[in-house]
Amino acid sequence: MTEKKALLQVKHLKQYFKNGRHTTKAVDDVSFDIYEGETFGLVGESGSGKTTTGRSILQLYHPTSGEILFDGQDVAKLKSRSDQLAFRRQAQMIFQDPYASLNPRMTVEDIIAEGLDIHGLVKDKDERRKRVEELLETVGLNKNHASRFPHEFSGGQRQRIGIARALAVKPKFIVADEPISALDVSIQAQVVNLMIELQKKRGLTYLFIAHDLSMVKFISDRIGVMHFGKLLEVGPADEVYDHPLHDYTKSLISAVPIPDPEIERSRKRLTYDANKEEFDGKKRTMHEIRPGHFVRCADDEVAHYEAVAQSYE
Amino acid sequence: MPERILDVKNLKIDFHTYAGEVKAIRDVSFHLNQGETLAIVGESGSGKSVTTRSIIGLLAKNAKVMGGEINFHGKNLLSLSEKEWQKIRGNEIAMIFQDPMTSLDPTMKIGQQIAEPLIKHKGVSKKEAWKKALEMMKAVGIPNAEERINQYPHQFSGGMRQRIVIAIALICEPEILLADEPTTALDVTVQAEILDLMKDLQKRVKTSIIFITHDLGVVAGMADRVAVMYAGEFLEYGTVDDIFYNPQHPYTWGLINSMPTLESEKLEAIPGTPPDLLDPPKGDPFAPRNAYAMRIDVERKPPFFQVSPTHFAATWLLAPGAPEVEPPLEIQRRWKKFKAMQASADKGE
Repeated sequence: MTEKKALLQVKHLKQYFKNGRHTTKAVDDVSFDIYEGETFGLVGESGSGKTTTGRSILQLYHPTSGEILFDGQDVAKLKSRSDQLAFRRQAQMIFQDPYASLNPRMTVEDIIAEGLDIHGLVKDKDERRKRVEELLETVGLNKNHASRFPHEFSGGQRQRIGIARALAVKPKFIVADEPISALDVSIQAQVVNLMIELQKKRGLTYLFIAHDLSMVKFISDRIGVMHFGKLLEVGPADEVYDHPLHDYTKSLISAVPIPDPEIERSRKRLTYDANKEEFDGKKRTMHEIRPGHFVRCADDEVAHYEAVAQSYE
Repeated sequence: MPERILDVKNLKIDFHTYAGEVKAIRDVSFHLNQGETLAIVGESGSGKSVTTRSIIGLLAKNAKVMGGEINFHGKNLLSLSEKEWQKIRGNEIAMIFQDPMTSLDPTMKIGQQIAEPLIKHKGVSKKEAWKKALEMMKAVGIPNAEERINQYPHQFSGGMRQRIVIAIALICEPEILLADEPTTALDVTVQAEILDLMKDLQKRVKTSIIFITHDLGVVAGMADRVAVMYAGEFLEYGTVDDIFYNPQHPYTWGLINSMPTLESEKLEAIPGTPPDLLDPPKGDPFAPRNAYAMRIDVERKPPFFQVSPTHFAATWLLAPGAPEVEPPLEIQRRWKKFKAMQASADKGE
């Protein structure tokens, strides 16, 4: 663990939204690291704050408090435009809805090259065109598609365009916010395979946000589980999936439908009541129960989770 | 032999668009048995939603039925007038739509929305219908029903709204319930609750369900029988065990194989995209994406070959004299399991 370098460190991130007199604590004291070259999966239900976390990391919101260190540098403290631009070049995003995230009035070439233009990465039109064509081929599209408009493409193809756009500025880190949930099953696999292949070739680091646990487990090296704005459990993907510690993680895993009728017929669903933890007034922090496997709990609950971890052995 | 409640024969539906005639449903035949759940799986654009909409008479204006019949209680539903449809819709045949956010009327109290079908179809008094609506709300698991019956849809979460939609669909105890991706918009934990609720209510109301989804995991848990749809056609159908443990069509293989399993190292994606139904292929529609395709697949449409009395698949691989092919590893694993299951079933009998 120690020789791996943390590319991104999220420390006590809080992101509150004021709505009249009411404050929504969308992300409430969340801390985790993402190591260089790995895929960190963030799962949770809608409203758990996983998307907000991703967006706060990229400074699409201004975090209420907490630090986000990228390559050791606090991204909230980047004041000059050139520093901010440099960060945005390093960290890109792939959005959930391929139908809403591409400007319908721009050609594919202009969509993909927008980042190149902003960062001044190409000298002239020919080079711009050449780069776009390369990118299209990288993501498995035909290079002649550059002059077309988004409506001429299917959902899977559009998501490839979104990936090409993110890759254009050669980032180190990509936040992928539910990149496959709007796609059909057979197309999901294509996009996931493409993302894995690109990661291998270019040494990318991903924050993969999704609610589909089976796919997250498949693509991620480590997984974080969020619920009501709090990070409840973090650990290696197989550990979290096969040996979940937190009751919420267990309930989430027990709800995932498996394409095997026999397993489905014997499924036992576990339910989780968040009130139990929310209102007992105990102070909870992350505790390492097994190497690299953390769970959010109070000091007097550590023994309980030790026992849970023991029960898997 | 279970009683057939619905019989669809050679259904063909075109859509008239500016680009030309889109052949959305191309000769589809199937039946629904009393009390069973039939799942239709397929990708978007495969025609599964159009098929169900034709069963409840809710096709878009530019849709045209080019042939076939849908028999329900000796009547061909395709020949009904709008007046006659109104008597059946929401009464004998009901539907749950995909998006609970848009399928409720935002200006009506939910109690009214649940009671409405009873008043319209069964001639029940308002007071009586309101009482029944309250019972139904309790049955679908809405807490504080007495209070919430007077609330409006925006005061409910997505999962609760879908429960309301289910309450509306089931209040007249329909013989057939059409569920078009009823849980796709919901979180997994909520999805699991809604699916359990549907199974539970199905037993109580004794309704037959046509369940449309693209999620094979959901199918495995819900269906008695499964039909695999692609490019406006059925490619394979059988019992849930036939389809999951003994799949025969390469498209079914591809679908199962593209789901991550606990052991999978790499996802086996199906290459390419579905065909354009403006100009549908004349052979097996999956042939261009099919690694196992033979020359005949491109030229001639395969008929349904019988695998077992319950299981049929339209692929030339099942034709006598077709070459033996080796399906993907995951499928071989499932075939083995199927053989073992059959062997133990034989012993049991």
